[in-house]
Amino acid sequence: MTTLTAATTTAVQLKAKRLPKYAPWAIAAGALLVGLGGVTFAADGGPVMGAIVAALLYFVALITIATFVEGGRAARNRAASALIGSAFVLAVLPLLSVAFTTISRGADRFDADFFYRSMNGITALNAGGGAYHAILGTLEQVGIAVLITVPLGLAGAIYVVEYGRGKLAKWIQFFVDVMTGIPSIVAGLFVLAFWVMVISPIFNDGRPAYSGFAAALALSVLMLPTIVRSAEEMLRLVPTSLREGSYALGVPKWRTILKVVIPTALPGIVTGVMLAVARAAGETAPVMLVAGGAFAINGNPFAGQQTSLSLFIYDQASTASQYAPARAWTAALTLVALVLLLTIVAKLVARRSKLTR
Amino acid sequence: MPAQRPGNTLAAGHSGVTGETVSALPTVEVPDRPAPARPEEPREVHVGEPLPKRRRYGGETYFKSLTTVGGSAVLAIIAAIALFLIIEAVPALSANKENFFTFTKWSPNALNDAHFGIASLAFGTILSAAIALLVAVPIALGIALYLSHYAHRRVATILGFAIDLLAAVPSVVFGLWGREFFAVPVQDLSIWLNKYLGWFPLFASDGRFGHSVLLGSLVLAIMILPIVTSLSREVFMQTPREHEEAAMALGATKWEVIRTAVLPYGRPGIVASVMLGLGRALGETIALAMTLGSSFVISWSVVEPGGNTIAANIANAFGEANDQGRSALIASGLVLFAITLIVNMTARAIVRRRKRFLAAATT
Repeated sequence: MTTLTAATTTAVQLKAKRLPKYAPWAIAAGALLVGLGGVTFAADGGPVMGAIVAALLYFVALITIATFVEGGRAARNRAASALIGSAFVLAVLPLLSVAFTTISRGADRFDADFFYRSMNGITALNAGGGAYHAILGTLEQVGIAVLITVPLGLAGAIYVVEYGRGKLAKWIQFFVDVMTGIPSIVAGLFVLAFWVMVISPIFNDGRPAYSGFAAALALSVLMLPTIVRSAEEMLRLVPTSLREGSYALGVPKWRTILKVVIPTALPGIVTGVMLAVARAAGETAPVMLVAGGAFAINGNPFAGQQTSLSLFIYDQASTASQYAPARAWTAALTLVALVLLLTIVAKLVARRSKLTR
Repeated sequence: MPAQRPGNTLAAGHSGVTGETVSALPTVEVPDRPAPARPEEPREVHVGEPLPKRRRYGGETYFKSLTTVGGSAVLAIIAAIALFLIIEAVPALSANKENFFTFTKWSPNALNDAHFGIASLAFGTILSAAIALLVAVPIALGIALYLSHYAHRRVATILGFAIDLLAAVPSVVFGLWGREFFAVPVQDLSIWLNKYLGWFPLFASDGRFGHSVLLGSLVLAIMILPIVTSLSREVFMQTPREHEEAAMALGATKWEVIRTAVLPYGRPGIVASVMLGLGRALGETIALAMTLGSSFVISWSVVEPGGNTIAANIANAFGEANDQGRSALIASGLVLFAITLIVNMTARAIVRRRKRFLAAATT
C-alpha cells in the first residue's frame, strides 16, 4: 500500500488520479469511530462486534472511494492489500489470546508445591497438589523416544541421502513424508494394538500393561518422520566438495559420513530433533491411550502407569473440582513454556549453523 | 572394478595412492592397467582412479546395511500400523450387530450385544474439518501472501516466527483455551448467527448454545493455520522473478501480479498445503475432545451443543472401554488411518510432482 502511493507521488502527472497517502488511514479512523461508537454504545453489540462492523465499514468505504477516484483496478488492488493485511491480524489475535490467557490464569498455582508434589491423595475437595509426577513422566517418555528415534532417524536419513539409489530410497522418502501426517491418535492406537495388547502381556503374566515406555514408543512413531526429514534436508546441504576432499585422502565413505558429513550438519540435525521433541512433548492422545495415567510419582517407565504433562492438563480440565482448572492452567503454562523454549533454542541453534538454505 | 580383493592389499594400495598422488600429480601417467604379471590377481589402485568402492573395508558394508535398516524402518512401521490395527479391529467388527459404516450410535462394550457404527462420527469429522478449512484457508493464504509479497523482509522473518510459534502450541492447550476462554465469544457469535440467520440449516438451534461444532471448528482452524501458511508461503516465494516482472512491465497492479503470476504458479502448492491441513484437521484429537459436545446424532446445526469426530470419540470413549470396546475404537481408528493416509499421499504426490516444492514440504 505505502510503496504504491509513494511511487505514484513521483510520477503523479503522468498517471490517473491517486488517493493521497493518508487516505486509507483517514478512512480507517473514520470507520473505527463510527463502528465502535455506533455499535458499542447505540446497538446491543459488544466491542468485538463493533470492531467487526468497523472493519466492514473500512473495506466498503475504501473500495467505494478508491473506485470513485482511482478507478476499478486500483480499487481492487487496495481491497486485496487490505484483506491480506487483515488476515495477518486475524492470525496473530488467537496467538496473543492464548498466550495472555495461559499466563494470567496459569500464574495462580505457579508455586513450589506445583513443581514438588504429585496428585497422590489429592481429592476433588483438596486444593494444592502438583504436577511433579507428570513433568517426570514427560521427561522420561520424551527422553526414551529421543534415544529410539535419533539413531534410527539418522540412519534412515543417511541411507536416503548417501546410499539410497533406486526404488527403495524413493519409497522411503515418500512414506516419510506421508508418515508425518499420521494422526497422533492413530500412533497411540498402533502402540496399544502392538505393544500393550500383544507384546507387553509376555512380560506381565498375560495381562496388558500400560507403561511410560509404551508412551515413548508412540511418541517415537510421531517423531521418527520429522527427524528423518530434517536430518535428510541438512545432510543434503553439506557441500559435495567436503565429501570429495575426504575421499581424496583415502577415507572410506562410511567414515567420511561419520567424521565429516554428520559433524558439518550437526547444528541442523539438533534443531530438527529439538523441534520433534517440542512436538512430542505436547502430544496428549497417544500418552492417554498407552500410559494409562497416574496420580502418584512413578519414576520407572517400564513398570506401572505413568502420566505426562499434557495428559495432566487434560485430566485436570475434565475433573469436577473447583481447584482443578487452576492446576490445568499452570500445567499448560509449564508445557507451553517448555515447548516454546525448545522451539526458540532450536531456531537459534539453526541460525548458528553455517549451512543455510 | 572387481568385487573381491585380498585383505592385505588394503594398506599397500592405500599408501601407494597417497604417495604417488603427491609426487606425480601434474603429469598423471596411467601405468599398466590389468597388471600383466599376475593376470588372475585383482588390480591395484592407480593414480587418477577413484578408490575401489565395494568390499574394500569391512565397515562400509556393515554401515550401509545399518542405514538401510534405519530407512526401511519407516516402511515397516507404516505396514505394521495397518497390520496391527486390522488384527485388533477384527474381534469387535465380527461381534458388531449393526452395520459399521451406517449405524450412528456407539455402544460396543456389552459382550454378545455390541452396537456401534461410525456414521455420525464420520459425518462430524468431515463437517468440522470442512468448516475449519473454509475459515483457515483464505486467512492462511492471505498471511502467506503478506509474508512473501507485502511485508518487509525483516518484518516477514519476525512475523513468520510468530506463525511458527502458533504451530508449536500443543493441541491440549488449544483445547483448554477453547473450552475455558474462547467458548464465550463463540457462544455470543452463535446466538447472533442464530438470531439473524437461523433459517439457514447450519445455524438452526432450539435455543441451546455451547460446546458446538462451530467452537471446535474455529479452534481447529487456528491449529491448521500455520500448516497451510508455511507450505504456501514457501511456494509463493518461489514464483520466478521473471513472471512477476513481466506482469509489472505490462502495467499490472500488485494484486494483478499476484493474481496472474503468483497464484497460478503456486496452485499445486496451494492444493497440497490445503490437503496437509485437511489431514491434520481430520486427525486432531484432544482439542476437539475438549471443545465438542460429543453427541451421536447427524445434525447440520453448527451452533447447537454437539458434534463429534472419530478421533475425539476415541479419546472420550477410551476410559470406559473394555477389551471389546477398545477393539471397536481401534476399528474406527483404522478408518481414520486409511482416510488420512489417502489424503496425505495425495498431497505428497502433488508436492513431489514439482521437485521445486520439495524443500517446502518439511513441515
